[in-house]
Amino acid sequence: MKKLFTYITLIIGAVVFIYPFWWMLAASVAPQTSIGNLTFLPESVSLNSYSQVFSKIPIARSLFNSLFVSLTITLGVITFGSMVGYALSHLEFKGKNLLFYIIIFTMTLPFQITLIPQYILMVKFNWVDTYFALIVPYFLSGLSIIMFNQYFKTIPRDLIDAARIDGCGEFRILFRILWPNALPAIITVGIITFMTSWNEVLWPIIVIRDDKLMTLPQLVTLFAVGGRAESQLGVKLAAATLLAIPVIVAYAFFQKYFIQSMASTGLKE
Amino acid sequence: MTTKKAIPYLFIVPYLIHFLVFISFPVLFSFFLMFNKWNIIAPMEFVGFQNFYRLIHDHLFLQSILNTLIFLIIHIPLQIIVALFFAVLLSKKLKFIGFFRAAYFLPVVVSGVVVTILWQQLYGYESGLLNRMLISVGLDKVGWLTNPEIAMPSIAIMATWKNVGLYIVLFLAGLQTVPQYLYESAELEGASSWQKFRYITLPMINPTMFMVIILSTIGGFSLFIEPYVMTGGGPLNSTLSAVLYIYKQGFFYYHMGYAATLGFFFAGIILVVIFIQKRYIEKETG
Repeated sequence: MKKLFTYITLIIGAVVFIYPFWWMLAASVAPQTSIGNLTFLPESVSLNSYSQVFSKIPIARSLFNSLFVSLTITLGVITFGSMVGYALSHLEFKGKNLLFYIIIFTMTLPFQITLIPQYILMVKFNWVDTYFALIVPYFLSGLSIIMFNQYFKTIPRDLIDAARIDGCGEFRILFRILWPNALPAIITVGIITFMTSWNEVLWPIIVIRDDKLMTLPQLVTLFAVGGRAESQLGVKLAAATLLAIPVIVAYAFFQKYFIQSMASTGLKE
Repeated sequence: MTTKKAIPYLFIVPYLIHFLVFISFPVLFSFFLMFNKWNIIAPMEFVGFQNFYRLIHDHLFLQSILNTLIFLIIHIPLQIIVALFFAVLLSKKLKFIGFFRAAYFLPVVVSGVVVTILWQQLYGYESGLLNRMLISVGLDKVGWLTNPEIAMPSIAIMATWKNVGLYIVLFLAGLQTVPQYLYESAELEGASSWQKFRYITLPMINPTMFMVIILSTIGGFSLFIEPYVMTGGGPLNSTLSAVLYIYKQGFFYYHMGYAATLGFFFAGIILVVIFIQKRYIEKETG
C-alpha cells in the first residue's frame, strides 16, 4: 500500500517534468489558432511553424556555429586542461603552489566582475562579430584543470617513470599514456564543457550582432524576444523545439554519462 | 638539463597567457573603469568617485538586488524541499528508478532558453495552460507574469522546475552515504519515519546540503536569461535582476564605467553572502 503511494507520487513527478516538453512539441505542430485549447494532442499536424522558422532566421547556419564553437572549446579545454593538470600532478617546478592558488581564485571569481572589461577587450581586439570572441575567452577553464589534476593523481607514478626510462618525452607521456588511462575524466570534462558552452547565451548576445555568426540559443532567444516571431506562439515554440532536440537526443543515448558528469561537479545548464 | 627544467613551464604557459589576458587584466581594468566615464567610442573621462555616488543613490540597482534576493529566498528552500522529497522516494529499493531519475533530470540538460520560452506560454494569462487548468477547477486566473507581486515568484518556480533534477541526483548520492545501521538501531528504539529523517538523515547529509545551497546561490545571482526573455525585467521592474540591470547599463546605454562599478559591487555582495552561508553552515555541523 505504501509502495503504491510512492509509485503514484513518482509518476505524478515524472508527468510534471515531461508533460510540458510534450505540450511544446504538440503545440509546435498544431495549427496556430488551436494552441490556446491544446492540452494533449493537436487537432491536426502541420509543419507550417517549422517552415516559418527556417524562412525567417538562418537556423541551420546557427546550428553549425553552435556545434563549431562548442566542439572547438571542448577540444581546447580538454587539451590545455590536461596539460596543466599533468604539470600540477606529476611535474616539479617553481611556483606550483602559487599556480594552484591562482586557479582556485579564478574559480571563485564571480563572472559579473569580468563581463564588462572582457567585452571591451573584444572591441579592442576587433573580435566583435567573429568566432574568436565566442571561443578564445572560454578556451581554458580552471575547473577542468582541477578535475584532471585530481584524476591524474590516481594514476600510478610507476607507469610514468617506466615511460620516462624508455625515453618518452613529457608530451608523449601525457597524450599517449595518460589520456587513454583517463577516459572517465575526459568524458566528464567534455560533457560539462560542451553543455556549458552550448547553452551559453549572455556572452554571445553581447559580442555577436551579425545573424550569420549567432549561436543557436542566441538566435532563438533574439527571435523570441524581438519582433520577428510576430508573437506567433507556434513559431516561437517550433524554434524552441529545434533548440531542444539535439540535446535531448544526445541525452537519450548518453543519459548515464550526463547525469554522472553534471552531478560530479554540481554544474547546471 | 636546462631544457628539461623548462618543460613544465611549456605545459602551463597557455594557461598563464589566458589568465593574464582574460582574467587578471579584466579585473584590474574593471577597477580602473570604476573611476571613469566611458562609452567606448568617445575618450575616457576621469570622474573620481562619481560612479560610487551614483550607485548609492540608484533606486533601480537597489531594487534589482532586492529582486534577486526575493528570487533566492523562494528558490533555494523550494528547491531543497522538492529535491529532498523525491530523493528520499528514489532512495527506496523500487523498480524503474533509472527512468524516474532520467525524467526528473531532463529539464537540467535542456537550454534555459527553451525552458523560458515554454514556460512563458504555460504562464500566459488568457490561454496559458496553467490558467486554463485553474479555470477548469473553478478558480480565478492568475497574472503569473503580469502581476508585479507574482512575477518574480513565478520565475523562481520555473527555475526550480528546471534545476531540481540536478539536486535530486546530488541528494540521492548524499543519502547513499548514510550508514544503514543507524536506521536499524533507531527502529529498534521505536523511532518514527519523521524522527529518523529529522535526527539521522538531515544531519548526515549536511555536506550535500551545503553544496546545494552554495550552488543555487551562485546560480540565482546569475539570473539573466529568464527575465530577459519572459518579462524584459517588468512588470514595474519587479523581475529586473542584478545581472539584467548591469547588462542594460553596459550594452543598452553604453555606460561602461558605471556598469563595471555595478559588476564589481555586485560580485562583492555575492562573495559576502557565500562567506556568511559557509560560516553559518559550518557552525551548524560543528
